[in-house]
Amino acid sequence: MKKLLIYLNGYRKESILGPLFKLLEALQELLVPLVVAAIIDVGIAQRDTGYILRMCLLLVLLGAVGLASAITAQYFAAKAATGFGKALRHALLRHIQRLNFAQLDKLGAGTLVTRMTSDMNLAQTGVNMTLRLLLRSPFIVIGATVMAFTVDAPTAGVFLAVIPVLAVVVSAIMLITLPLYQKVQARLDRVLVTTRENLTGVRVIRAFGMEAEETADFAERNSALTVMQKFVGRISALMNPMTYIIINAGVAWLIWRGAVRVDAGLITQGAVVALYNYMSQILVELIKLANLIITITRAVAGGNRIQSVLAVQPTLPSPEASPMEDAAAPAIVFDHVSLRYHPGGDAALTDISFAVPRGQTVGIIGGTGSGKSSLVSLVPRFYEVSGGQVRVQGADVRSYPLAQLRRKVGVVPQQAALFRGTIAENLRFGNPDATDAELWQALATAQATEVVQGKGGLQAEVEQGGRNLSGGQRQRLTIARALVKNPEILILDDSASALDYATDAALRKALRALPGGMTVLVVSQRAASIQFADQIIVLEDGHMAGIGASDALLKTCDVYREIYQSQFRKEDAPHA
Amino acid sequence: MPETKNGKGFMLTTAQKVLRQASAYRGLLILSLLLAAATVALTLYVPILIGQAIDRIVGAGQVDFSGLAQTLVTIGVCVAATGLLQWVLGAVNNRMTYHIVRDVRREAFARIQRLPLSYLDQNPTGDLVSRIIADVDQFADGLLMGFTQLFTGVTTILATLTFMFVLRWQIALVVLCVTPLSLLLARFVGMRTFHMFREQSRTRGEQTALVDELIGQQKVVQAFGQEPQMLAKFDEVNQRLADATLRATFYSSITFPSTRFINAIVYAGVALGGALSAVGTGGLFTVGQLATFLSYVTQYTRPFSEITGVVTELQNAMACAARIFALIEEPLETPDAPAAGALTDVRGDVDVTNLAFSYTAARPFIQDFSLTARQGQRIAIVGPTGCGKTTIINLLMRFFDVDAGAIQIDGQDIRTVTRRSLRAGFGMVLQDSWLKTATVRENLLMGNPRATEQEMIAAAKASHAHSFIKRLPQGYDTLIGEEGGGLSQGQKQLLCIARVMLSQPPMLILDEATSSIDTRTEMKIQDAFLKLMEGRTSFIVAHRLSTIRSADVIVVMKDGRIIEQGDHDSLLKLGGFYATLYNSQFAA
Repeated sequence: MKKLLIYLNGYRKESILGPLFKLLEALQELLVPLVVAAIIDVGIAQRDTGYILRMCLLLVLLGAVGLASAITAQYFAAKAATGFGKALRHALLRHIQRLNFAQLDKLGAGTLVTRMTSDMNLAQTGVNMTLRLLLRSPFIVIGATVMAFTVDAPTAGVFLAVIPVLAVVVSAIMLITLPLYQKVQARLDRVLVTTRENLTGVRVIRAFGMEAEETADFAERNSALTVMQKFVGRISALMNPMTYIIINAGVAWLIWRGAVRVDAGLITQGAVVALYNYMSQILVELIKLANLIITITRAVAGGNRIQSVLAVQPTLPSPEASPMEDAAAPAIVFDHVSLRYHPGGDAALTDISFAVPRGQTVGIIGGTGSGKSSLVSLVPRFYEVSGGQVRVQGADVRSYPLAQLRRKVGVVPQQAALFRGTIAENLRFGNPDATDAELWQALATAQATEVVQGKGGLQAEVEQGGRNLSGGQRQRLTIARALVKNPEILILDDSASALDYATDAALRKALRALPGGMTVLVVSQRAASIQFADQIIVLEDGHMAGIGASDALLKTCDVYREIYQSQFRKEDAPHA
Repeated sequence: MPETKNGKGFMLTTAQKVLRQASAYRGLLILSLLLAAATVALTLYVPILIGQAIDRIVGAGQVDFSGLAQTLVTIGVCVAATGLLQWVLGAVNNRMTYHIVRDVRREAFARIQRLPLSYLDQNPTGDLVSRIIADVDQFADGLLMGFTQLFTGVTTILATLTFMFVLRWQIALVVLCVTPLSLLLARFVGMRTFHMFREQSRTRGEQTALVDELIGQQKVVQAFGQEPQMLAKFDEVNQRLADATLRATFYSSITFPSTRFINAIVYAGVALGGALSAVGTGGLFTVGQLATFLSYVTQYTRPFSEITGVVTELQNAMACAARIFALIEEPLETPDAPAAGALTDVRGDVDVTNLAFSYTAARPFIQDFSLTARQGQRIAIVGPTGCGKTTIINLLMRFFDVDAGAIQIDGQDIRTVTRRSLRAGFGMVLQDSWLKTATVRENLLMGNPRATEQEMIAAAKASHAHSFIKRLPQGYDTLIGEEGGGLSQGQKQLLCIARVMLSQPPMLILDEATSSIDTRTEMKIQDAFLKLMEGRTSFIVAHRLSTIRSADVIVVMKDGRIIEQGDHDSLLKLGGFYATLYNSQFAA
């Protein structure tokens, strides 16, 4: 959390002025008991109504000063806190944008969204409350003690005994309950998981008639949570009664010692009242402080979680200068490439070498988990190779500025995701300057003309994630989106899986007919989708099991033959 | 859903429901109120005692030590009693809150098991989860704590006023006159800030949606190099949120200093009145009583600011409660017919006649669908995405009820048998493989808890799952995380297949069961599938035409209707939709 405080830098003035004005307000509160003591000892004792009136006016005046300084303090605190939140949110999103894909995978979108929203709110509230109250509470406690000493030092010794006892009790309860609250959270998570699971798996649960068992399971976890909550609740409910008892014991002791001093003529009755008032102020302040500490603990926890994301170093350096491209070189070269997602983990790709001349279409096929997506992700440098080299137009992908490299490559990801906005906005994602005619052209190639017309044209709205479109419709729009970019290299990562065979075939035909010699990489599970590619790369467990045209592979590559035959019966397959 | 979603009527009906929910805890509630009243009374009695103690310390040589000692002992007893009561009160309130939370969650969860699938399909999972988790918490916290705070607050105010009037009504009158100021002010600020808070949460919602999208699709953003543009888009919302938050936070935070200022005026008024009384009555109104009064004033304004806070909290709690009750009151699935018997000894003759079904009344979906499947036949359903294949499966399992027509199994209308026995008749493998957070073993035994170890391993072997299960850290006792985490999509699907193999159902439903498995593995488990389908009536939905060409009957659907029906060869000869679809697989 501490490191996050640099985001308060732009609000240094506010962060200092806020607490200062708060102290001014506290100071005013500390003066009140003195005025009251004066009223008792001077006004009432000497029956001076004029004096009483003046002192009461002074009380109102002090109140007004308190009001003015408090409002000023609140304003500065709110300004600093919201400014802090704004700056931190900006910084975190910028940071997330620079993380590489392996880091994004590891952190997970759900976690990042939570960091960005609820943790952020916790941290912001924490800063606000801290600026408002954190200085105030100790100041009042210490100030009241100091004032008590100025009233009568020997009696005020009670304060020195009471405050440490209070501190011990408060911190002991905090220390005991904090880990218990984490346990409560863990049990709540289990309840949450069970609930979510029952919603996502409702069909299976009902199909197996498991409703009663699941309900019993839930009831058990739910009760376990309740038991824990009650246990922690009983402990933390000790806080208020115990502070109350300690403070009032202090008051009784104070009055007794005060009485002895008054009897000896050393102090006045008004002084005892003042001492009592200071003790009461401490009690009120402690209750506030206890609430504040809970808020701050949660804020710090949230802040630490944000900090841990910011601590992840983006490891994708992007050079400033463009590399020398070689016009004669193949579009893509893999040179003994291997890839591990995590150091020490299993290799996702091992020793992959091939070259793709410009304008070629290359199919990549293999079983689930054979490394097809990993392979194509290396071209736009979504992941960093662990060994070997990937070259685009003769230059190592690591020598390109990232933005330049990714402008060359159009990617249609496996998960067809669109953004909220119009269809046109979505299509122009990679190329804001594209004309409507260019959009329609890309849509035609992607077999998506009907989709857009059916939705009411380019200005039709797409809901978040493209929920108002079917899987196949989304896929076709994401293909069009990549085409609008007019990339030199197009990567289709199993992006026709939701299309029926007829549409898939039409798409392939249209892609081939495109002018300009685009290099295309097609990942697919369907042999039919890639069998007419110029080259087919067959992957198995991250190794290259074969490369070549379909006919050749059928003769030489067992894996390819098996895949092929599992999808085509011999007598149907036109080329086998 | 409640009819009156607006205004007080809505708050009232929700409040009634809440009270009904809490009625089981009537005893605890009464205990809580009694304890609260006692605590308030004691808390207010202590300052009086302290005032009396101070009055025994008049000046040098004028201290009544024996009386003082007595008073201090009384104070000690009262304070100890207050502390104890406070603690018990806290424990009682906790118990009440957590138990109500537990009960409401249990009820909501039980409802989920019996709600129609159409409802669960239409409402995003995240939304339902947040109702059962977050809303229930907020509701219980806000409502019960709000309620008890309200009670304590009001009691404190009334009791303080009473004590003051008894002590000296002239000063109490001063307090009573200035108090409304504080209420008016709180109301004014509350009204002014309400729309600011609404604006804040609206903007926050907007930002969350954007964040959700940007982070969820971060890879696409990076792939298209759109980071600066997206950051700019975010900054615009971020700025608006910061402005809205500043306004809401600042204006709402004015309440406390303002009430404190009014408190200061009351304080000064009481000091003035008290001091003048002390002077005027010639000692009848004592300094100790003045101290009591001043201490009351300090305590007295706190409930006011608390009560204003409570109102917001209550409103929020009501909103949450309404969302939970909307879920709990959602009409359940039509119950099984009272005379419904169990479907036993299923042969597997399925007759579907003139079926009609629609998700929304306005748009008919499945129409005029008839199909006959004899025992042991394999029925394949094909057609473009969205043609209604999965809907037919849902109707067979009676996840939805047909609008017209009938489905009969062995001559019995499925509406005349219990859902449980009907569903037990089918083994189902779906496209999205779902596993629960439990061990592999528990997942496999789901459909057949009485299966032996050997049977389980045999089923796992038949579905080619045994070899990878063995490689898991604890074999069959390995815990599978949420949503099957740790396993690949294909492995999860193999477990789902093993699960069905183990349950040995008389009929089978395979809805895109192998689409997430690569074709080579699929070919390997094909044998197992074939063995499983032997003698069992099976319904198969698949993209891959190779999987379905050997079916006895192929049903080709489009837009909710059957357009072609027959076996592979006859359909190819027909040269219609199926033939086009099939040939496109091999087209260039």
